[in-house]
Amino acid sequence: MGALKKIIYNCKRATFLIEKKLIGRLTLREKMELHIHLFGCSVCRVFDKQSALINQMVQQLFKSTKDNGAHLDDTFKQDLQHRIEDELNKN
Amino acid sequence: MLATSLLNPHKWVDNHADYLYAYAISRISDDEQARDLVQEVFLAALEKADKFEGKSSERTWLTAILKNKIIDIYRKRSSGLNNAVKVAEKEQEDFFYDDGHWREEHYPREMGIEDNDPLHNKEFNQVLQRCMKKLPDLWLTVFTMKHMEDESTENICTELKVSSANFWVIIHRTKLNLRACLQKTWI
Repeated sequence: MGALKKIIYNCKRATFLIEKKLIGRLTLREKMELHIHLFGCSVCRVFDKQSALINQMVQQLFKSTKDNGAHLDDTFKQDLQHRIEDELNKN
Repeated sequence: MLATSLLNPHKWVDNHADYLYAYAISRISDDEQARDLVQEVFLAALEKADKFEGKSSERTWLTAILKNKIIDIYRKRSSGLNNAVKVAEKEQEDFFYDDGHWREEHYPREMGIEDNDPLHNKEFNQVLQRCMKKLPDLWLTVFTMKHMEDESTENICTELKVSSANFWVIIHRTKLNLRACLQKTWI
């Protein structure tokens, strides 16, 4: 049985290649393997779509946490600036 | 000694503390540790202020210092990573039969989020966050570094002392797990 035939039936390998495709790069051969697998496997096609979406959502999540701003309380900030001034005065 | 024309430490807290804190808390989810980090960043920045050349903005420079400190924390959290890889490999058997076929109970199913802009779906985002918290620390660390910091794979492997092969095992396993949790919780 050729390597090609193996991938056609191997969802574990296909999902691995999907991850590699999303954040890395596939070789030409891997691209072909994945293409052939997805052509015949509707379950992995669902995985493919969802996996890309999850990555987008995760990235969006991190971005929005940053923008929506948690912030420090004033007392902490005052103390912090004092420490900085102390350090500056040492020099 | 201090490049005062370029840096203005008297205004650091006013100008950057909230930003740095928000940056830290979104990456390490530990309030106390995030506060400590902000303080450490300013103190470290004072020490190497003379090395600041003004090639980037003050904020970019401070953020770079913070980012390195966060990676240090990631590295500490991820010691023992290789053991986690073994667990990851083993647990993959939950999802697939030996021949690589999906086990029926783990078939990915449509979640009804595929086509209608889930990016702005608050409830789904909350489920996502809950599912991420359930991931083992080490997997989450690798996953976070990749997606949040957009670090190159080579950097992550070097920083966390993990081989490239193991990196992909972790990424694969993390996604299988995360997706399964979403499906289970959402449907």
